Amino acid sequence: MRAETLSGGFDDAPVDAAHAFRAAMSVMACPGRIEQIAGATPPPPLSVAAGTLILTLCDPETPLHLAKGHDTPEIRDWITFHTGAPFVARSKAMFALGDWAALLPLADYPIGTPEYPDRSTTLIVEVEALSARGATLRGPGIEDTATLSLPEVAALQANAAQFPLGLDFFFTAGAQIAALPRTTTLEAS
Amino acid sequence: MNAYNFAYLDEQTKRMIRRAILKGLAIPGYQVPFASREMPMPYGWGTGGVQVTAATLTPDDTFKVIDQGADDTTNAVSIRKFFERTAGVATTEDTGKATIIQTRHRIPETPLTEGQILVYQVPIPEPLRFLEPSEVETRKMHSLEEYGLMHVKLYEDISKHGAIATSYAYPVKVEDRYVMDPSPIPKFDNPKLSNCPAIQLFGAGREQRIYALPPYTRVVSLDFEDHPFDPSKADHCCDLCGSGESYLDEVIVDDDGGRMFVCSDTDYCRARRAAGHMGAQGVPYEEGAA
Repeated sequence: MRAETLSGGFDDAPVDAAHAFRAAMSVMACPGRIEQIAGATPPPPLSVAAGTLILTLCDPETPLHLAKGHDTPEIRDWITFHTGAPFVARSKAMFALGDWAALLPLADYPIGTPEYPDRSTTLIVEVEALSARGATLRGPGIEDTATLSLPEVAALQANAAQFPLGLDFFFTAGAQIAALPRTTTLEAS
Repeated sequence: MNAYNFAYLDEQTKRMIRRAILKGLAIPGYQVPFASREMPMPYGWGTGGVQVTAATLTPDDTFKVIDQGADDTTNAVSIRKFFERTAGVATTEDTGKATIIQTRHRIPETPLTEGQILVYQVPIPEPLRFLEPSEVETRKMHSLEEYGLMHVKLYEDISKHGAIATSYAYPVKVEDRYVMDPSPIPKFDNPKLSNCPAIQLFGAGREQRIYALPPYTRVVSLDFEDHPFDPSKADHCCDLCGSGESYLDEVIVDDDGGRMFVCSDTDYCRARRAAGHMGAQGVPYEEGAA
């Protein structure tokens, strides 16, 4: 076992996780908002934001899918040591982690059932950078409109069209996080 | 307080609740099942709200609790003290200064702002439960958007009483999709649910459900074209602060049928009296006086 596997967790788990969750909740409640989220120091190429989010939300009860590029022994060991989340195929995943291209196609992930639309995958998408320039967002959590840089619009529009079923997304870059729930309707810029 | 983890609950429980809150925000008005824990207070005392609050609090928050609008009732005082001891957070009675407000059956009169979180204590989260006792059936009804039964219930009100007699826990439709129980708030508060800048979270401990409204979510009270929704209140002004806008409690003051109407929101009433407003039975405001 590598020493890096054991390090990089929260210094003060209850407080760090509480701050991280508030950032995650705030971006999920207000699509388009970009917040800082930090506390974990995961092995590369995992970003600080994605690593922190995983420590905040994942544990032995949350099957996790690692997409190609993020499915490395370093990342597997780190996540296993700090969270105990089991690694699974896409069709069983409660969370999925990776770059946009590696996570596609979205049709592989569970979108919930009509009785239980919450039983759908939350995708944690690592992006180069996050900015308020890009597609126009409308929906719950947005007063009028918001804008957010997104890796692709068509696939996300198709996801929103499935409401109340569908996937929910976190986008992470460095120590920044944004989110896109299934309720947000999109218009390409 | 060192004997407790921050905010009482263990981290794995908080993660489970946090995941439910995120899915609740992603599907506004839909009831997410969660593994509600035993809390050191009885069901009916806000165990759902307390668990949602515990999963949401950070040490930087300022916390306020109201019970039917009042900061100084047993339930409100107990829950405020609970989090003072287990989370060490600052507390306030001032709606404007609070970042998280846990509420039993009221929405504060002072408009909420962006960045605030309102946590509701919910006894029965399923709006269709008294019409259909089976959870399997009500789940199917939500999935098929089959809400005719609720309209029949409101129609029966009209045919019996001449008006919709439901005065609290008045059903709403969220973003044209899910019919939701707003918890037993008076229907006077229903318009404040819609387009609210704050995040609204609902926790039902005994029934093990969490649901949510993101800010600026469209929430419509169910009604009929010829019987539009009417957010009624007692036709009086507050006898202490003179407000004609706020929701009022009727208080019996003697054995001879004497009564007075006072704001149910104690912080709102206090602030108005402190600003010099006075009602029919009011006395000039004194700092620290009851």
